[in-house]
Amino acid sequence: MKKLINDPGDVVSEALRGMAAAHPDRLRVDVENRIVYRKDAPRPGKVGLISGGGSGHEPMHGGFVGLGMLDAACAGEVFTSPVPDQMMAATKAVDAGAGVLHIVKNYTGDVMNFEMAAELAAADAGTEVLSVVTNDDVAVQDSLYTAGRRGVGVTVLLEKIVGAAAEEGQPLAQVADLARRVNDNGRSMGMALTSCTVPAAGKPTFDLADNEMEVGIGIHGEPGRQRLPLAPAREIAAMLVDPVVSDLPYQQGDSVIAFVNGMGGTPLIELYLMYNEVAQLLDRAGITVARSLVGNYITSLEMAGCSVTLLKVDDDLVRLWDAPVNTPGLRWGA
Amino acid sequence: MGVDSFVDWLRDAAGVLHENAAYLTELDSAIGDADHGANMDRGFQAIVAVLDESSFDSADELLKKAGMTLVSKVGGASGPLYGTFFLRFGTALAGADLSAEAIGRALHAGVEGVLARGKAELGDKTMYDAWAPALEAYDAAVAGGSEVGPALTAAAEAAAKGRDATVPLVARKGRASYLGERSAGHQDPGATSTTLILESAARTLT
Repeated sequence: MKKLINDPGDVVSEALRGMAAAHPDRLRVDVENRIVYRKDAPRPGKVGLISGGGSGHEPMHGGFVGLGMLDAACAGEVFTSPVPDQMMAATKAVDAGAGVLHIVKNYTGDVMNFEMAAELAAADAGTEVLSVVTNDDVAVQDSLYTAGRRGVGVTVLLEKIVGAAAEEGQPLAQVADLARRVNDNGRSMGMALTSCTVPAAGKPTFDLADNEMEVGIGIHGEPGRQRLPLAPAREIAAMLVDPVVSDLPYQQGDSVIAFVNGMGGTPLIELYLMYNEVAQLLDRAGITVARSLVGNYITSLEMAGCSVTLLKVDDDLVRLWDAPVNTPGLRWGA
Repeated sequence: MGVDSFVDWLRDAAGVLHENAAYLTELDSAIGDADHGANMDRGFQAIVAVLDESSFDSADELLKKAGMTLVSKVGGASGPLYGTFFLRFGTALAGADLSAEAIGRALHAGVEGVLARGKAELGDKTMYDAWAPALEAYDAAVAGGSEVGPALTAAAEAAAKGRDATVPLVARKGRASYLGERSAGHQDPGATSTTLILESAARTLT
């Protein structure tokens, strides 16, 4: 294992200290409880937005805390969901009387821990909490016989769009409805060129030969649905775009936000090359790209590879996407 | 048997999970996300820290505290699942006489909590595939007149068989389920840690 770390056991807390030191203007970090707060939270009258999950997906979620996105993010161990105590503490801290929305990615651990937090919060009284679970990964085909589709790329787009709605003062029920609408209209598919190494494990989660790739991966270094011979980017783009497009389905005349996400170890030159392929496939299908996002936003440590997310949008969603955002991970208009 | 036996169990289980942390993580690497050993080790070391700092008058108080500690320290799916097991196990022992029958009822309560939280069924390739045969063997042993120790030994042996039987199964719950057919041929990490914890119980709760 070759990493920029001190001790494998200190990776998460030392990275959080780094975030606090780098962004004191925007963030307040509770290192002990591993919670990243928007510096000016709670905002009077505003619905509080909380997300969280295992670490190793940076900038998600801590990097999406700030104006126009999240009010708090709970960080777990690498690839391990945070615990209910963190979610309880964050929920209380960001509640300004308008209620709190939990944004949860569909993984067994995340869902169980957020459920326990909601049960405890209900018993504790006071804060109104609603939850939305993202599950946009089309690689999980048979959701009856699995833990269900995983929450992946659409989570980033959802946190941005819902964050804008909360910022303009929309009430909790409306913000939660919007979150479900975004999730329902988004689909993703990912692939890996390499595995990744969890610091505490010390060695790669799986082995992948130089001439192989994994298609249909999630974001935890877990093996995917299929191992295939490495192919040109043009063919890989089709392997990702086709199942996404046919799943919703996205149809001729639809407008989308097209998101090519890097898994952490792939340079931007390759991500833009992939975006070029994706854009051509969408153009041929008659799908209009209203907005795009290219970069490393929901990662899997140093894994090389990418995912493609499409979100069908209308004018309202585009307006919320364009609204000002000021977080370490995404910033425009503010 | 009193509260000290349960303290011995938790300390012994912490030691065994520490020794097996790399093994559990290796099993989890094959079909999950390579964190089960580290998570169980962290959770049980936190229980040991609680045991070092506090003393408990009753088994139910001790086990409930152990459950809350796992919920607070482990995360992932194993935190809520094992945390719920110990919480319900402890709650069911409140005011009980710690007889073989009472411990049997508490084991059932704990496993019902695991099922309510995880919604797994037998054969889904989860920890329940070890818990279910363990409960059955425990009940049969007690019905045949066994004391707690021998009944737990029977339970641990049945859990080990259930654990081994997870190898050919296709996972239908948790992160391993995303692999579909590719999850077959690997032993379930959760069924493995459950077996370790039951083997530890058989050694200490006598």
